Amino acid sequence: MSWVAKTLSSSLGKKLLMAGTGLFLCTFLIVHLIGNLQLLKEDNGQSFNIYASFMTHNPLIKVISYGLYFFIILHSAVAIWLTILNKKARPADYAVSNTSSTWASRSMMLLGTMLLIFIGLHMVHFWARYHFDNGLSLVSYGTEPMKNLYEIVDAMYDRGNEGWIGFYVISQLVLGFHLSHGFASAFQTFGLNHRKYTPIIKGAGLTFSIVIALGFAIIPILMYLN
Amino acid sequence: MSNKILDAKVPEGVLETKWTKYRSTVPLVNPSNKRNIEIIVVGSGLAGSSAAATLAELGYKVKVFCFQDSPRRAHSIAAQGGINAAKNYQNDGDSTYRLFYDTIKGGDYRAREGNVYRLAEVSTYIIDQCVAQGVPFAREYGGLLSNRSFGGTQVQRTFYAAGQTGQQLLLGAYSALERQVGMGTVKMHARHEMLDVVNIDGKCRGIIARDLVTGKLERHFGHAVLLCTGGYGNVFFLSTNAMGSNVTAAWKAHKKGAFFGNPCYTQIHPTCIPVSGDHQSKLTLMSESLRNDGRIWVPIKQNDTRKPTDIPENERDYYLERRYPAFGNLVPRDVASRAAKERCDAGYGVGASKMAVYLDFSFNMDRYGKVEATKRGLVDPDAKTIRELGKEVVKEKYGNLFDMYKQITGEDPYEIPMRIYPAVHYTMGGLWVDYNLMTTVPGLYALGEANFSDHGANRLGASALMQGLADGYFVLPYTIGSYLSNEIRTQSISTDHEAFVEAEKAVKERLEKILSIKGSKTVDYFHKRLGKIMWDKCGMARDKEGLEWAIKEIQSIQREFWSDVRVLGDANEFNPELEKAGRVADFLELGELMCVDALNRNESCGGHFRTEYQTEDGEALRDDENFAFVSAWEYKDANQFELHKEELHYENIKIAQRSYK
Amino acid sequence: MSEGTMSLTLKVWRQKNSTSKGEFKTYPVSGISSDMSFLEMFDVLNEELITKGEESIAFDHDCREGICGMCSMYINGRPHGPKNAITTCQLHMRSFKDGDTITVEPWRASAFPIVKDLAVNRSAFDRIIASGGYVSVNTGNAKDANDILIPKEDADEAFSAAACIGCGACVAACKNASAMLFVSAKVSQLALLPQGKVESQKRVENMVAQMDVEGFGACTNTGACSAECPKGISLEHIARLNREYFSAKLTSNNV
Repeated sequence: MSWVAKTLSSSLGKKLLMAGTGLFLCTFLIVHLIGNLQLLKEDNGQSFNIYASFMTHNPLIKVISYGLYFFIILHSAVAIWLTILNKKARPADYAVSNTSSTWASRSMMLLGTMLLIFIGLHMVHFWARYHFDNGLSLVSYGTEPMKNLYEIVDAMYDRGNEGWIGFYVISQLVLGFHLSHGFASAFQTFGLNHRKYTPIIKGAGLTFSIVIALGFAIIPILMYLN
Repeated sequence: MSNKILDAKVPEGVLETKWTKYRSTVPLVNPSNKRNIEIIVVGSGLAGSSAAATLAELGYKVKVFCFQDSPRRAHSIAAQGGINAAKNYQNDGDSTYRLFYDTIKGGDYRAREGNVYRLAEVSTYIIDQCVAQGVPFAREYGGLLSNRSFGGTQVQRTFYAAGQTGQQLLLGAYSALERQVGMGTVKMHARHEMLDVVNIDGKCRGIIARDLVTGKLERHFGHAVLLCTGGYGNVFFLSTNAMGSNVTAAWKAHKKGAFFGNPCYTQIHPTCIPVSGDHQSKLTLMSESLRNDGRIWVPIKQNDTRKPTDIPENERDYYLERRYPAFGNLVPRDVASRAAKERCDAGYGVGASKMAVYLDFSFNMDRYGKVEATKRGLVDPDAKTIRELGKEVVKEKYGNLFDMYKQITGEDPYEIPMRIYPAVHYTMGGLWVDYNLMTTVPGLYALGEANFSDHGANRLGASALMQGLADGYFVLPYTIGSYLSNEIRTQSISTDHEAFVEAEKAVKERLEKILSIKGSKTVDYFHKRLGKIMWDKCGMARDKEGLEWAIKEIQSIQREFWSDVRVLGDANEFNPELEKAGRVADFLELGELMCVDALNRNESCGGHFRTEYQTEDGEALRDDENFAFVSAWEYKDANQFELHKEELHYENIKIAQRSYK
Repeated sequence: MSEGTMSLTLKVWRQKNSTSKGEFKTYPVSGISSDMSFLEMFDVLNEELITKGEESIAFDHDCREGICGMCSMYINGRPHGPKNAITTCQLHMRSFKDGDTITVEPWRASAFPIVKDLAVNRSAFDRIIASGGYVSVNTGNAKDANDILIPKEDADEAFSAAACIGCGACVAACKNASAMLFVSAKVSQLALLPQGKVESQKRVENMVAQMDVEGFGACTNTGACSAECPKGISLEHIARLNREYFSAKLTSNNV
């Protein structure tokens, strides 16, 4: 094995992969949230559709998006690998357990699995239809005609679809918990722990997880109410 | 009893150059021969780990045995206060000679001059070595090492790492040992207990050890065997020693020909947490370093039941400061312990049991508080602010000890004075060794607390760590050359040799015997009974009548043990109860010898106080004319010991009545 | 001070040896003084068991003053029991109430196989230290101790890491049975001191490699280790270990 492979496959290396990919996915969340908030603009989906079209056609973004898929897969694969090894390190569980750690930090795999299911369904709902459904209506805003993604989203968050709306909102809660540990944890993995800055990182992590979760969750709710 | 004179083989010549000269002339073993010489080290504390690591560095093949699950657990780890070294970093007039002098005087003129001078001499190298290993000693803001004072001295020569000096030194030696384990030069056998030594043609050639997990008996050959197995304070049942600390290795060696030196010299440490009930399994020390800042007192009235904080200053008796103005609270341990006992016996004791005295920090907390207030530029601070500031200083210095005290007693020592009482802590006695640290069995050595050598009748604080590491790092690796240089032609002896077979058979039979008794009393029952007798009759104060009674009583407990002890389980499995039984059986024999020795020594000195021999004001009264010798006992048969003497000659120090007034 | 005695129900893991299957056994104990330590309570129970002809419960212990690191009980779901910053031997019965049921288990980790009942084999820790947890300095090679100036702050920080007693509570507490806190304490202590810097790269690479070989899990930064550590070893040391490791991997010559 090369030294790179050896390093990355060590227990610390695997953690580095988790932290690196995790933080990248955090930056994606910011972009995604800013884009999605345009759904709330009262312009009948114009800016959202322009944004969606831009994101799917810009070559640079396209490259990044392949990176994104890769990172999601890598993040999940390494997580599964780690979980199996960690389970092997503690084959028999305690009868009673009261250890002092947060529930989120102990449940990252569970939360992550739920998120992966969510991402799959989310992509089936929107991404797949946007890319492969040729029956989608087209709109034009003085530009070339583009697929009307807003229409699908609007329909998704309409009355009668409360089950899915609930699923989306709960998934954001899951995301929030996942981030509440993951964000600050990544910094610790990178070795960034300092009595001056760690409290700031922790505060930022908590704020980040609340803002992201709330930001995403509020969209289906508001769209439903409107 | 015959009076054979023993030769300690101390080199001739001027005191100051004895060791350097000897070290330069002691025969050497060349590197290629070292590779073929095997050395067994039993015990992995400061002495054992440091010796094993150093010998392996020199090229010998080393095997180390310890009964704990890791060599890092050895009880050296519990030493709190510090380690002495004549560095004179504080510029307060310290020197090798002064450390030597303090140690001889502290030992009440019952230690061997040559050994003690060597100890003082190598003390400085120890600090260098430990710092190089990464031992994080306390430092000043300028980056230099910090020192503090300990009892029996008037200089600051004690190096420390908070209240965990022993831990840090042991981990240093342990890491040196593990380095050799990693390099394959030391083979480590943890969870193994040595149960006999094997002698062939008058020389020690190996050991029988029991794998404590599987119960399997193993034979191990060595050109030399080093016993670094610590002290035997647990003969008293209650002591500050670890639960597993035992005399077994030393006692087996004793029964195979190694003389036992000064068994009665026991150190009772003055500052321990008092016994709280019958359930007590061990006693906890509060570091002697606390006596730097704590003042010891009892109420001036007998049976005073007021809360200590309600007793006004003029109704307190700071008896150490009163009796010993020159040294005050920093008198040596034996003196401080006896003074506490005297006050309690006279009815001035405090606490529920009335067997305790106060160790009070309020005075020094206020003193520190005032200094802090000045540093911070506070004008006319109130008493409360001063106390709070002082508390912080004390917390920084002794925080872990205060927490430990609170955890055990449920009382907060920042608010009310600690209650303390003496407890068995260290045994100055041990296997008799010559200047080379070799016992009377050729090839069998004893290092650290397991030997009797350097502390005389009383050990000064912070000197045990010094001695353990001196023996292991800087003495034995040289002196062993004088024996091993003659052993280079000795091939490894097969462990099928009849001496090994027989020794193993005897060990096996003994274990089976213990298991076969199936009596009605637990091992602890016997241990507690022995402990009580030892404490009452062979503890802080001893007398002829009591000792004679104790010997008879112990002999009857021995008989009872071998007919009525109950040990369950098998010999071929992990069986802590069986281990304990074997150790207690040995303690029962040792206890008897301690009383025999105490009875024989018709004088008081250091840790041995015979009530018949005291000055008018209750100080120990030595008899230099008749007892300036080391008692070295030879095991003849069950309950039969023969006395040999090593005369002590003081050529460099004028022997005098010890005074700390 | 003591006020009366208490009666308790103990649920204790019993296992004959490393290969046999273990199970919980329930033992009532009474007459327990609140001044007793937890291990003294076990002494009482063991004496009773022996008197009844039952084999006593095996557990590791030695110094009984919180420094040797040998005691290792997982009490009511926490290593070393319900109180912070102490070992099992420092836990006193006044921390429990009359009538309590207390569950006592051994450390559980595949790297710490059970020896018997509550005693486990922690020799993996020794092997990790043997792989690099030292400064390579032979006896007699040292220069004067005060030739090396070390800032008090660094010495204190190194000491706070060196205070580790190797009890394994960190491994026991971690849901992944990770030994990161233990390893980081030694790496950190020696990385902070000039004496240890010389071979810091090799040290951290080897110690982490050995830790992985021993079968400990990976760190997921839950912080349970530090919270349960009887000596309060901080997570900062794990961060330092991470830094030391990645920078060593990037810059050392060990391909």
